[in-house]
Amino acid sequence: MSRLHHASSDPVPTSASITLAPARNNLLRRYMFSTDHKVIGRQYFFLSLAAVLAGAWLSLLMRVHLVWPKAAIPFLGEIKPENYLAYLTMHGTLMVFFVLSTAPQSGFGTFFLPLQLGASRMAFARLTAAGFWVALVSFLVLMAAFFVPGGPAGAGWTQYPPLSALASAGPGQGMGTDLWLVSIGLFCVSSLFSAISFIATTIKYRAPGMTWMRMPLTCWAWFVTAILILLAFSILLVALAMLILDRHAGTNFFLPGGLLVSGKPVEHSGGSALLWQHLFWFFGHPEVYIAILPAMGVTSHLLSVFARKPVFGYKAMVGATLAIGALGFMVWGHHMFVSGMNPYAGFAFSTLTTAIAVPSAIKTFNWVATLYGGRIRYATPLLFSAGFVSLFITGGLTGPILAQPALDTYLHDTYFVVAHFHLIMAMAGLFAIFSSTYFWFPKMFGRMMNERLGRLHFWITLFGAYATFMPMHLLGIAGHPRRYSDLTGVQYVAAMAPLQKFITVAAIVTISGQIIFLVNLFWSMKKGPAAEANPWDCTTLEWTLPSPAPAQGFGGQQPQVNHGPYEYNVPGAEKDFVMQGRLQPAKADRNAI
Amino acid sequence: MSAALRLAILVVVLGCLYLFLAQPYWFPAGVSSQSALIDHQFKIAFLVLGAMFVAGHLVLAYVLAKKPHSGGQASTGNWRLEAAWTIAITAIFFWLNISGDRLWSSTMESAKQTGQIEIEVTGAQFQWYFRYPGADGVFGRVDAQKFAKADEGNPLGIDPADQAGRDDIVSTSMVVPVGHLVELHLRAQDVVHSLFIPAMRFKQDTVPGMEIHSHFTPTQTGVYEIACAELCGSGHYRMRAEVRVVSKQEFEKWLKAHEPVAPRE
Repeated sequence: MSRLHHASSDPVPTSASITLAPARNNLLRRYMFSTDHKVIGRQYFFLSLAAVLAGAWLSLLMRVHLVWPKAAIPFLGEIKPENYLAYLTMHGTLMVFFVLSTAPQSGFGTFFLPLQLGASRMAFARLTAAGFWVALVSFLVLMAAFFVPGGPAGAGWTQYPPLSALASAGPGQGMGTDLWLVSIGLFCVSSLFSAISFIATTIKYRAPGMTWMRMPLTCWAWFVTAILILLAFSILLVALAMLILDRHAGTNFFLPGGLLVSGKPVEHSGGSALLWQHLFWFFGHPEVYIAILPAMGVTSHLLSVFARKPVFGYKAMVGATLAIGALGFMVWGHHMFVSGMNPYAGFAFSTLTTAIAVPSAIKTFNWVATLYGGRIRYATPLLFSAGFVSLFITGGLTGPILAQPALDTYLHDTYFVVAHFHLIMAMAGLFAIFSSTYFWFPKMFGRMMNERLGRLHFWITLFGAYATFMPMHLLGIAGHPRRYSDLTGVQYVAAMAPLQKFITVAAIVTISGQIIFLVNLFWSMKKGPAAEANPWDCTTLEWTLPSPAPAQGFGGQQPQVNHGPYEYNVPGAEKDFVMQGRLQPAKADRNAI
Repeated sequence: MSAALRLAILVVVLGCLYLFLAQPYWFPAGVSSQSALIDHQFKIAFLVLGAMFVAGHLVLAYVLAKKPHSGGQASTGNWRLEAAWTIAITAIFFWLNISGDRLWSSTMESAKQTGQIEIEVTGAQFQWYFRYPGADGVFGRVDAQKFAKADEGNPLGIDPADQAGRDDIVSTSMVVPVGHLVELHLRAQDVVHSLFIPAMRFKQDTVPGMEIHSHFTPTQTGVYEIACAELCGSGHYRMRAEVRVVSKQEFEKWLKAHEPVAPRE
């Protein structure tokens, strides 16, 4: 056991405690309560997997209910409007927090940030571990809402008060909403733990020679994302505390006077319903960059690896990442053009939103330029990365439409917005999670995934994503509001049922296609061909280690970095790439803080 | 694999083009003074961005082609190129932004007009109420907590003691005269709702504790649907109403017919 902690200042278990500990205890420490970032990274990965399965199942229920409202679901029966709202709230919450914010950053980031920087551990190993365990509790608290009276919260993942502040406002607004608030509060705490560790690791734990400008773009993305998490999630945590106080301690942050809910006067006064929206979106907009920056980072990385070319415009990419991070905090008001916010603020937010589209476009240009003239290897990770670029272009180009307050006035809260963020955040993010999985699987699990199944999975998911979400633009343009549990309440909405049916069928096919991924994942863990140390011919430091990455990380060795992260196709080199660094015997314990 | 990937990209582009050119569902016919401006602005943005969508994908398909190794060191970047596309994209995006902001300012600007119609809109779970001030032109005081009784014909809680409220008309559909500016005072009784009239290209949240002012001018008679666009609870999907745009004479007749027979007590 003490071997694991070679480079650590953590109290190391003494030999006495090891001899006394039964074998089962060791196993628990190694696989459950481990402080090894590689174990924690895998734990986050499986947490996300559980969440994405639940979230996808809920989306299936919603899609089926929309077009076959009378269909009885096994064990659930007929879906009522409040069930539908609970599903959409839980779908959004699971996908945004436990999938898109968790897998790319906490999952792959926790596993690979130290290794790519040339460190054998995260800066605060136990804080990192605590982050996971709090996230797991948060997940369980969230899911517990399915088993309480009234069911889960039904006010959407944005939880606008007064709907979210008053138990009398609907079936899920009682205990279900309390559980939601506590769960997401815990998730904030977990994210803050993890972010502190990411930031300290990046600043302090880089191997000798790993200068800032030699960091892989993945590390840049994880680092900037961690800063965003630190700033954004602390705001959300405060807002959640305020909402809990409004619900249970008689405070008046978000509740104005004079409310009459379900025929009963509400004894609150003086609060502002818009205050929540400002606080929520001050978190909520950076949150979409928290979800997508690591995805952008891994896409830049993989396009270079599989095009066998350096990233085009590395410095511009770093600059764009920083610009997106900074501007991400100044655009929250574009979620509120029709909220009753002062219309003059609309000018500022539309202009700032337009500004943030520029670094995003710069990234896209650089991705395309990275591919240009490359000797491309068409492996599954490349396919998903190319898919990411396509989805990013498609989803991104509706941004400059929605950024215009006058157009957003019409499109806000319609399926047009649903299409926009599912393409650019959900689908693009998912494609990056898939490309990361296929790419890093050998280093995480020591085996290769099946290429043929991987390709099949890609084709189904690419066409499925487009078939599901492109038609939603048309629904939005025709004025179909989102979050409708039934199409029959409004006549012009009812007229759109045929297209809704098409979307449901596309969603069923796409989600079913993910079974191929699951089979490939679990089959390959057990039976996949053993992976070499560097199966993709990469330059970065994690590939200097055997596969799977051993528990001791770089062990008694110290990486010495002499090259940039993307030296592919170097004339005169032995192979078509040059490793970033080589391992040398470690001198001192430089990682100790 | 290269060919398959490039073909897939082309199929995606063609599929999207079909969808947006065939337009099986599209904007409803616009019937307010701002709808033509908004539709025009959308069309321009849509064409510019649509062209970028097609061009972007064609370039992506092109660079994904299998190439023989050209030899020599691959480029690591080019600042002139970076500057060029940054300037180009900035120009396009900000041109859209500025034209959009001009439109926003023209639709939001409220100039009082003679003969404008004042209507107070109240969103409540799951019903819209439209109140007209009556002959005195003044809305009576409202206190929903004290006086609101939906089953006794006073769902908004108009104070019976307030003279100004005695001639107020409360309706569950909006009736407006064609060609007149309609000035809305938007309120909510319980949670946030959003008044969405697609045909007027109009949407505005109604927020408890706030009175938000907004306006539109209907240009064509007819009946148009109103939907709620902000999640407000389990009946959100059926929080529907209608706006009936009629001639000025019919409007006057409707007002007369709906005057409260007996003053509220």
